[in-house]
Amino acid sequence: MYELMEMRVAFAKELDKIMQVDPRIVILDADLSKANGRAELHAKYPNRAFNVGVAEANMISIAAGMSTYGYIPFTSTFTPFSTRRVCDQIAISVAYAKQNVKIIGSDPGLTAEFNGGTHMSVEDIGVIRSIPDLVIFEPVDNTQLVKAIPQIIDYVGPVYIRMFRKVTPDIFKDDYKFSLFKADVLSLGNDVTLFSSGIMVAPSLQAKDMLAKEGISVEVINVHTIKPIDVETIVASAKKTNAVVTAENHNVIGGLFSAVSETLSKHYPVPMEAIGIQDRFGQVGKLNFLIPEYLMTTADIISRIRTVIARKR
Amino acid sequence: MDYQAKAKQIRRSILEMIAHLGVGHVGGSLSIVDVLTILYYKHMNIDPSNPKMEGRDRLIISKGHSGPALYAVLADLGYFPIEWLLTLNQPKTLLPSHCDMNLTPGVDMTTGSLGQGFSASVGVAMASRLKNDNAYIYTIIGDGESQEGQIWEAAMFAGNQRLHHLIAFTDNNHAQIDGPTPDINPVYPLDKKWKSFGWNVIVVEEGNDVHSIDAAIIKAKKSRFKPSMIILNTIKGKGVSFIERMGYANHNFNLSKAQLAEAIKELE
Repeated sequence: MYELMEMRVAFAKELDKIMQVDPRIVILDADLSKANGRAELHAKYPNRAFNVGVAEANMISIAAGMSTYGYIPFTSTFTPFSTRRVCDQIAISVAYAKQNVKIIGSDPGLTAEFNGGTHMSVEDIGVIRSIPDLVIFEPVDNTQLVKAIPQIIDYVGPVYIRMFRKVTPDIFKDDYKFSLFKADVLSLGNDVTLFSSGIMVAPSLQAKDMLAKEGISVEVINVHTIKPIDVETIVASAKKTNAVVTAENHNVIGGLFSAVSETLSKHYPVPMEAIGIQDRFGQVGKLNFLIPEYLMTTADIISRIRTVIARKR
Repeated sequence: MDYQAKAKQIRRSILEMIAHLGVGHVGGSLSIVDVLTILYYKHMNIDPSNPKMEGRDRLIISKGHSGPALYAVLADLGYFPIEWLLTLNQPKTLLPSHCDMNLTPGVDMTTGSLGQGFSASVGVAMASRLKNDNAYIYTIIGDGESQEGQIWEAAMFAGNQRLHHLIAFTDNNHAQIDGPTPDINPVYPLDKKWKSFGWNVIVVEEGNDVHSIDAAIIKAKKSRFKPSMIILNTIKGKGVSFIERMGYANHNFNLSKAQLAEAIKELE
């Protein structure tokens, strides 16, 4: 459906549709409106689109102020500047003040590529997840993202959208039923559960297919909303497979591995292994260099699955 | 109305609520009493029986630790029962040290982490302009708070946005927690800084005089394009001699019942 469409383009198109009918939506950018695909929205809605310049802290608190008037601001910049740089503004102006601000961070984790270590957020989910009352959503593909936007608008409260910007493989079909607070079981399996998010979903499905040939049955679940996490789906799957691997484009501290570990350690502890950034900073490079460098390939996923299955016995 | 008498009454009320608990942000609450008085009792379009009235004028105290000053005014205006004042900072109170819009009727923005309330007030002014409701958005920052970079991010943007219904005040009391502002990290000259950021700047030398502040607000409301910054040269702890004499040490201190009695005598 969206083949070869960049995620930023899909997002802007959907926001445009909604802005036509919903005057509450305003957008704020911090000198990355073009990079994040929003330049046309600025041209089309000059009264409801603001570029604050290179001043992210100001942008977040301004958005909170606009929200007190009933507007629904969508702010946008790169992931690290949407989170760690404005952590206090998100905590106090937005979350503590209960303001309905939707915060978009683009280029999560390694996907900042040539922008390198300064622009790679290995910690953004960890930072945001420890602030009360924030929803964290990381879309996998355009179909999921576009179906999520109306639900994100209907949900009254702050949401952090951790968005890949560029072309990403289609995972979901047109008839996909999305629910913001419900994880998606992508394939049923019995031997191990692979909880996966964002760009790690495609290699997770590949790993599942390859292991199926050996008779290993992998349940793949996409955790698109990491907070509040879907406890029911996670625990039910762990009870069935008794072994878990997580795959995320984030530090294994503070992100999906942590969130699933916290859930299962309380409800149903099982052996777990983590694919993700192993507590390292990022560096420059294309994904085809970075993914193997950070041990996040399909082969790495398969290797972790073998390890965790061995631990079961 | 005798605004000076009202300001005295508000000062008594602040000290009573803080002395009841025994500790609190005295100095910076007392220094903004006069501006709050002239705003709430003369200028602002508000309805205490309908705190969320659409199109109302709004006040955001970015130096959120001055909550007690605002609470004294809001209680007197009938936003909530006057008895609430004695619950300041008690468990489950609706009147915390720092302003909280989700707890206290009449509070327009949650503040306390310095610099943020000022940016929020810029956002509120932008929203008001978008709604075209002709409201005035008032905000109060501190001179110490003006050391925050976020203040100047917001100053630049508000100036460029020509938010002429945004009227800001600097409570220029020359004191911050660790010492006199000129000794810590001087923020001066404030007037030139704000002018260069595109603001209509009005300096009120007698920043604790209700009539001088009133004249400045009247002037600020005539600004056609620029947001206004009214620099109030104030005295931290204004109104009670022994508190004024403490200087910067009056930011937050233990206030005894005996000290309260002494202060009340001076404020009668």
